[in-house]
Amino acid sequence: MTVADAAIHPLEERFRAALPADVDYASIRFSERRGEYLTVRQGVLEPVTTSLDAGVMVSIWAGGGHGYAATSDLSPAGLAAAVERARHWAAVTVGRNVLAEGVPLDHPVGTYASPVADPWDATTLADRVELLRATDARLNRPDGAAGPDPRIVDWSAWLSRVDTDSLVLTSGGGRVAQHIRNSYPGLRVTANDGSNTQTRTYGAGAYVGQGGREVLDRYGFAAAADRVPREALELLAADNCPSGVMDLVLAPDQMVLQIHESIGHPLELDRILGDERNYAGTSFVTLDMFGTYRYGSDLLNVTFDPTVSGQLASYGFDDDGTPATRQYLIRNGILERPLGGAVSQARARAAGTPIEGVANSRACSWNRPPIDRMANLNVEPGDSTLEELIAGVERGVYLQSNNSWSIDDSRNKFQFGCEYGRLITDGELGPVVRNPGYRGISATFWRSLSGVGNADTFTVMGTPNCGKGEPNQEVGTGHASPPCRFAGVEVFGGEE
Amino acid sequence: MSASGVRGYLDELVDWATAHLTGEEVLTASLWGEDSDFVRFNHGEVRQAGSVRQRELLVDLIEGDRHAQGSIQLAQDPELDRARLGRMLEDLRETRRLLPADPYLSYATDDGRSGERVHAGAPPEPDWAVSRIQAAGTGRDLVGIYAAGDTFAGFANSLGQRNWFQSTTFNFDWSFYLQADKAVKNSYAGRGWDDEAFGAKVEWSSRQLDVLARPPVDLEPDLYRTYLAPAALQELVDMMSWGGFSLKAHRTKQTPLLKMVTEGATLADGVRLSEHTAGGVAPNFQEQGFARPDEVVLVEGGMYRDCLVSPRSAREYGVPTNGASAWESPDSLSLAPGDLAADTVLDELGTGLYVGNLWYLNFSDRAACRTTGMTRFATFWVEGGEIVAPANVLRFDDTAYHLLGSNLVGLTSETEMLLDPSTYQGRSTASVRLPGALIADMRFTL
Repeated sequence: MTVADAAIHPLEERFRAALPADVDYASIRFSERRGEYLTVRQGVLEPVTTSLDAGVMVSIWAGGGHGYAATSDLSPAGLAAAVERARHWAAVTVGRNVLAEGVPLDHPVGTYASPVADPWDATTLADRVELLRATDARLNRPDGAAGPDPRIVDWSAWLSRVDTDSLVLTSGGGRVAQHIRNSYPGLRVTANDGSNTQTRTYGAGAYVGQGGREVLDRYGFAAAADRVPREALELLAADNCPSGVMDLVLAPDQMVLQIHESIGHPLELDRILGDERNYAGTSFVTLDMFGTYRYGSDLLNVTFDPTVSGQLASYGFDDDGTPATRQYLIRNGILERPLGGAVSQARARAAGTPIEGVANSRACSWNRPPIDRMANLNVEPGDSTLEELIAGVERGVYLQSNNSWSIDDSRNKFQFGCEYGRLITDGELGPVVRNPGYRGISATFWRSLSGVGNADTFTVMGTPNCGKGEPNQEVGTGHASPPCRFAGVEVFGGEE
Repeated sequence: MSASGVRGYLDELVDWATAHLTGEEVLTASLWGEDSDFVRFNHGEVRQAGSVRQRELLVDLIEGDRHAQGSIQLAQDPELDRARLGRMLEDLRETRRLLPADPYLSYATDDGRSGERVHAGAPPEPDWAVSRIQAAGTGRDLVGIYAAGDTFAGFANSLGQRNWFQSTTFNFDWSFYLQADKAVKNSYAGRGWDDEAFGAKVEWSSRQLDVLARPPVDLEPDLYRTYLAPAALQELVDMMSWGGFSLKAHRTKQTPLLKMVTEGATLADGVRLSEHTAGGVAPNFQEQGFARPDEVVLVEGGMYRDCLVSPRSAREYGVPTNGASAWESPDSLSLAPGDLAADTVLDELGTGLYVGNLWYLNFSDRAACRTTGMTRFATFWVEGGEIVAPANVLRFDDTAYHLLGSNLVGLTSETEMLLDPSTYQGRSTASVRLPGALIADMRFTL
């Protein structure tokens, strides 16, 4: 038993006792999330906040109906009330829900714990505050300048860490205990000159992952305190990005969003089945495309992989208890399988379109039911160095760090903006450009993939805030990618 | 325990905590919670149905100019919650000892600010609502969410101030789909169910579906004369609210309305925007206990007037707070009506686009308040004042200074109150009141 197991144990017997035996299937999913949020802005420590968020969701399947009830009342009476409420909803939905027969859930047994090489608990709060203070103090003095640069008008450094312990118990003896340790460091520098304001960050929030203090080293946090303000000032002096059709090389911290929005969301099986049409949208992908549809060029290989060590959305089991495994979604450009958990797969089967999915049924917390989500969704490396990718461009731009994302409700027509761009001319990196953006259509964009970085350029990252679902949910997703090159993309700059 | 019972429970808990303070400590406590039912529909059937009961308490433990804050979920079991809160106070005391003074610390110290805002309601029984909604969707492809129940917020401090907000509502946010991405979106929200009013909304959506059944037109990227219905305009003003009215964003030059500050850029003369707390449905106090005035005028006569100021920004920049939250974004934004009669909108549009909804907006150049986004749901091509056909989705990319400034033809004389259906973390209490907007040329790019 781990330490975290022991922490859960006092309540485990109470949870198990609350599980009803007279239904087809029941589960209690307990989640306890402990957070610490530290920010130093312009030399001032912002209010230090800690959080403890704990509760359970009871899920019941009975007679063809299913319902849930979530509560923060963990007393025996509170649990009993939640069971009765979930039982009530199960009864109300008999004969009127999307999956009329069967329970597509198992009774899994297992554990998972994030790899932590250098635990934050080995440091003191004073240590962590001092780390941020010292970092923040460098953010308005680019490259160690003696005094502050007056063009830098706002700057901050932060570190959030969230520990989540969860325990799922099922009426058939299932027990899954998982212990996730996430770290979210960040830097932000804003420079201004008249009506021109430019903000540069530390990977646009993508340099996050599982682990302790080693997450900062993984993404060069210390060195970034010099680079970020320097690049903010470079942007302030730069020309607007030119407009036109040209080649595009996307850095890994922009690939994060490109993968997320135009591969991840369109492949979610619940979207394809229509669940999200009133909110997050539908998908241009249809069930008949799997196995034959050319999503991208031969260079495109995409995996769903919650087993990557240290990536933000790694786990052993999804929130419906399906064991996590690595699966190809797109191989050599051909679409193979969707992001669909056990319930969505059962619905597809019931509709006469059996299809294999993945272990991606996830809830943001104890107070929301699981739905199909991305976990770690990664573009597999190719065989080019970054220099080779750039050398293959006659006229184009190299873009880093997303700062704007927009895509239609079918996940097809997109427009993304980036913090930082460099012109590419005749295979050489040129001047910095500001306000770079590009637009395209998912269904054709990935077919223009003309180069993929090799394993040395492959970067494991994540995005902490992905919104979806009714009721709404926000979860972290992992994305890893090398830099990638695309041919003939519509590029533009800011307002002149 | 009912929402009103939670109010008394908060009082007792804070009284208990106050009795356990030491030295010159001050404690502030802000509670947010809900007892909500959620029923999700797809293809007219229930996708997920359930209930959520949560109560989050945020505590700030202050001594002099040092403080530390923490949050816990309340179990509403007095013994358990007092134990948790007691442990948290010990932890916060220890944390505070390690922290420097906070030069921007600010909290309400006047116990005369106590008050309450209670919106009583009687949503239908959830089982009945499910049946009624399924009946309304018969023969249609219905997808959406029904959310109902109590939301509540409270503030209490060791100085004796008490504030309470409570609202009992339902909100059914749904779409009728015709095929692929062709759909009509609608919502029905309130405190008590009026079946005639609901039926009228269902009938309106059904009529729109008939129009959507016509062959769609594919429009080329271009400038189009455009009417934005209130729900579409909401998306645009939501983007402006993303830092546009924040004092901190103004002082750090990150406001998307930067040109209004640095270059005197203006919106059209008739544009008057305000944070109209008196007309909204959100709490009239914020998490540090400061009261919100009935109205803060943000833009008047097309020119920038006042910012939303949180207590922290007030200390940092030396100006009075006006009860804004830490994010300094509006909760009850109101845009004053114009003089276009709603029933003449299609005639005034003549030939162009009628946009029912916009979707997934973001800045394409924040400093210029240039925004991109998509049309969604009921968007129609209009010729000679008559709807001709649904339009396939289009991407726009244009600035607020064009859309609500130089290219604004007019605003409708009628406004709509739109309740925010958002349920991230919990059910939102935000709302907007907006007219529709007729725009001479709107730039579509993809």
